[in-house]
Amino acid sequence: MSLITSTIGQGLLWGVLALGLFLTFRILNFPDMTVEGTFPFGAAICVSALVHGVDPVLATILSFLGGMLTGLVTGLLYTKGKIPVLLAGILTMTGVYSVNLRILGKANVGLLNKATLLNEKFLQKLPTNFPTIVVGLFFAVLIILLLAVFLNTDLGQSFIATGDNEKMARSLGINTDSMKILGLMLSNGLIGLAGGLIAQNGGYADVNMGIGTMVTSLAAIIIGEVVYGKNLTLTARLIAIIIGSIIYRLILLLVLQLGFSTNDFRLISAIILAICMMLPLFEKKFHVRKLLKKGVQKP
Amino acid sequence: MSTILDLQNITTTVNEGTNEEKQILKNINLKLEDGDFVTLLGTNGAGKSTLLNIINGSIFPTTGKVLLKDRDLTPLSEVKRAKYIAQVFQDPKMGTAPRMTVAENLLLATKRGQHRGLRLRGLDKHMKEFEKETAQLPNGLNERLNTFVGNLSGGQRQTLGFLMATIKKPELLLLDEHTAALDPNTSRDLLELTDQVVREEKLTCIMITHQLKDAIKYGNRMVILNSGQIVLDVKGEEKKELTEEDILQYFTD
Repeated sequence: MSLITSTIGQGLLWGVLALGLFLTFRILNFPDMTVEGTFPFGAAICVSALVHGVDPVLATILSFLGGMLTGLVTGLLYTKGKIPVLLAGILTMTGVYSVNLRILGKANVGLLNKATLLNEKFLQKLPTNFPTIVVGLFFAVLIILLLAVFLNTDLGQSFIATGDNEKMARSLGINTDSMKILGLMLSNGLIGLAGGLIAQNGGYADVNMGIGTMVTSLAAIIIGEVVYGKNLTLTARLIAIIIGSIIYRLILLLVLQLGFSTNDFRLISAIILAICMMLPLFEKKFHVRKLLKKGVQKP
Repeated sequence: MSTILDLQNITTTVNEGTNEEKQILKNINLKLEDGDFVTLLGTNGAGKSTLLNIINGSIFPTTGKVLLKDRDLTPLSEVKRAKYIAQVFQDPKMGTAPRMTVAENLLLATKRGQHRGLRLRGLDKHMKEFEKETAQLPNGLNERLNTFVGNLSGGQRQTLGFLMATIKKPELLLLDEHTAALDPNTSRDLLELTDQVVREEKLTCIMITHQLKDAIKYGNRMVILNSGQIVLDVKGEEKKELTEEDILQYFTD
């Protein structure tokens, strides 16, 4: 039971990261590699602030702002510097690695009984793992609500249009460069925030904790889509991502129970994502849906 | 009659300073009066698309000025010019957003060139208007307002693209072979619609086409480009009396 609750908590926190990535990967329609630098950056800022006695709420906000900063750097390299977005993200990610080392002073810093969002007094009364679930749920719901409203504003619609058809967006007077920068900042802000939350939950920040986060969060997005389909409203798609993230963590848990070690995590993550991305292909090839429908129509 | 568009001494040179240097447009001067419906003709490489791109701001001329209603647009980007100029592209996929619904696309178009802030988009308020606007169109878009545009046919997408360009009246409408990718019937329907809307709304419009018949039939004015220069510019009666043979003379070097 405690394994399951711990997994759900993890799924919720990592879901915040996936929500951030969704803004670039699905809405702007490009892969943003900054993620793997932003995530430890948010964690490093948050842990470093907490170690210096900063209030946990403020430290969490700082991790969000730090994430926006890396997004801004990638955005400027991409739009103003005309560097291909994949490379722009890799450049920022690589550069931020050194910055993270500077912030932390060493490769790994623990929180050692410092006050965090997750050990606030009222959360302490809850059973084990439930503080993580409460905090994760709070942020997931808050972010989904804010994003749902934002995407329904004129600005949000321009942002979506930019990802959907840039040429059209420009011809309608939408400044697509600004939209891309805005999207990268929002996305990385959420990713930084996720870094801060996950560091507080785990009790440490590590400069290498970013490796593999791209695959992890993509898996959450894709599993959400495989389970619920793509013909949902945007708000429903955001909820599907959180559920996808939890399912992904449950799959990992299952794999661990089968006797694999945590060292195998990244290989397993990659395999799960690859399988999920190929599912539509299998479906086409073997007409899975058609076969199922036939079975229903002609019993 | 007042001048809407005024192109002054437009020259475009590509690969400047190299062996590949080439003048795409040579000293183009063109004035469009209020309500002019110009069909723009020319062989491939004559400079038609370049001229349109210079007017819409997606490329800048090497020398010369673009004036619209006496405002100098020359330094303004395509994004800034969207306030005044609307376009329909040749490829139906270019002018519409596939993962947004028909209504959402139209809503984006009603705000062409306006500031877009954190105000709620207010789609519901516009639905009646969109139903009315689409009901007059040939291919049943009014029943598909909540359909994702990616699921429409090419003809429907292009009709939508045309409606998006005109739903907020532009000072200048640019049509870049907007019916070329459609089947003959759909193409004719959209051309008829174009003609009707341009006349009723008294739009000033430039339409690129390769169909000589259409170029003669539609519009009050014809401009032919050849090797980057205007070789024919006729209006009114003179234009109506042109035959395809007359036009073809201007296509040779």
